[in-house]
Amino acid sequence: MVTPSTSAAEATRTLAIKRWRIAATLTLLMVCVYFGFIALVAYRPALLAKQVQDGLSIGIILGALVIVAAWVLTYTYVRWANQVYDPALLALRAHHEGEQ
Amino acid sequence: MNSSADSVAIAFFAGFITLTLAITYWAARRTSSTDDFYAAGRTVTAGQNGIALAGDYMSAASFLGIAGLVSTSGFDGLIYSTGWLVGWPVVLFLIAEPLRNLGRYTFADVVAARLDPIPVRIAAACGTLATIAFYLIAQMVGAGGLIKLLFGIPYEAAVVIVGVAMMAYVLFGGMLATTWVQIVKAVLLLGGAAALALMVLSRFHFDPRELFAQAAAKYGAGVLAPGKLVSNPLDAISLGLALMFGTAGLPHILMRFYTVPDARAARKSVFIATGLIGMFYLMTFVLGFGAMVLVGPDAIKAVDAGGNMAAPMLAQLLGGRPFLGFIAAVAFATILAVVAGLALSGAAAISHDLWSSVIRRGHPKPGEELLVARIATIGLALIAITLGILFKGQNVAFMVGLAFAIAASANFPALVLSVFWRRTSTAGATASMVTGTLATLLLISLSPAVQVDLLHHASAIFPLKNPALVSIPLSFATGVIVSLLFPDREGAARYAALEKRLLLGAD
Repeated sequence: MVTPSTSAAEATRTLAIKRWRIAATLTLLMVCVYFGFIALVAYRPALLAKQVQDGLSIGIILGALVIVAAWVLTYTYVRWANQVYDPALLALRAHHEGEQ
Repeated sequence: MNSSADSVAIAFFAGFITLTLAITYWAARRTSSTDDFYAAGRTVTAGQNGIALAGDYMSAASFLGIAGLVSTSGFDGLIYSTGWLVGWPVVLFLIAEPLRNLGRYTFADVVAARLDPIPVRIAAACGTLATIAFYLIAQMVGAGGLIKLLFGIPYEAAVVIVGVAMMAYVLFGGMLATTWVQIVKAVLLLGGAAALALMVLSRFHFDPRELFAQAAAKYGAGVLAPGKLVSNPLDAISLGLALMFGTAGLPHILMRFYTVPDARAARKSVFIATGLIGMFYLMTFVLGFGAMVLVGPDAIKAVDAGGNMAAPMLAQLLGGRPFLGFIAAVAFATILAVVAGLALSGAAAISHDLWSSVIRRGHPKPGEELLVARIATIGLALIAITLGILFKGQNVAFMVGLAFAIAASANFPALVLSVFWRRTSTAGATASMVTGTLATLLLISLSPAVQVDLLHHASAIFPLKNPALVSIPLSFATGVIVSLLFPDREGAARYAALEKRLLLGAD
């Protein structure tokens, strides 16, 4: 991504946009999961009342899944940041230092 | 339950106070500069900060309140359990790393990073102090009532004890003491809740399904399904928005990201906090239904109509008086730790944002900022005690929701706009924060929570209990429109410089 022909400022811009896209997408996913759950609670209470097993209603399963989804999205971001973003930052730092 | 002035509870609590004061003494000897006082010298590790973030966030309201809500109304309480967690991924994706890279002590540092600092900091300090005021009232009134129930100490005395202990931690130990108080509290709270949850599950062959099935058998299948709490979907969505985006605007949470060495550590600490907080809220499922089946909703409501005693009563039933004493002391410790974090972030807003940056125009005399921060801490403790006594007996449960609404409307939009939108101008960010604060306060005063519940009027002008559904979009729209109408000169060049710092930090 960072090639010698691009200026450090352009490379910064590219990486900033990339991070923003990932952050915005993941935020949107979290919003959809949580408000999807709230919408079901508000508009489909009968569906959530259904018990798939004795004692286990769909509502309780989905409630727990919202928490699991928050974990999964958080893990997704941290994994991307560690594997892709951090090396890119390292390269960008070198690029800036090379230009000075 | 006759737990008044329980000696075991008082012994546990005295142990907690002794330990935390010892920590404060240790921290005080390491706190000499503003960097130490506000940010613990940036020496806190990601793991420590993750636990401390969880400690800052898991208030007594969530431990006692949600367990109580689930035990008396079943599934409806779980809606809150999930709502309290979903703000954390947002903090991670949008806030944690930019905040660490752009700021020093407060969130206003970030908004002011490329804008004219004076108007921005005044507006940010107002948003911060409004958020803290509501949060503090809720915690102090909750603490007073709770301590009266748990220990039999008079309400006013309890409020004074909380205020004085919090002042001691912050005044002498600054962020280092506050951080370790949070860590001790988080470990006690998670440990206590986990032990209680395991004791509950041991009665049901370690199968939550059996617990839920017994709850349904005893109190009807309705307890496992949405009930009357969400009668107005818009109310639920509005509260949800406040919880989701308010977390990312809470000054005492944001301030914690400055205690770690770099952005990578900030990221890791949110990851750990999200894991711990999620685990805690999953346990509230078990605690709430456990109290419903084993103690019974009627017995719980007989002691406290709000259901706050569900977890302590469950502890007494399963572990006897010693365990009750432990859980009661944990609840008290929880409140103390949260108010300490709040006081520290309020003191930072007053001394760093208002005194040094506005009154002294960014050039305070050496040592002056720290002195002002300490005076502000004493002032905030006195105000907290006064507000706690003034609001005695009021239903303040809704105030935490309102604190989140202000944080989500006043702080969060300006933070996101200034970091991610190049065209944000000084006028735009300031207008967004001022509008967010004022609109939230105005809508709250016109809402059913104040008009009907507090003033006992027949109806309210504004229909929603929580204003976030209106105030968040309003604050964003104001920020965008005013930025476009009144752009900053050289705004683009300043943003290019900011973007480098946003990614790489201020080396």
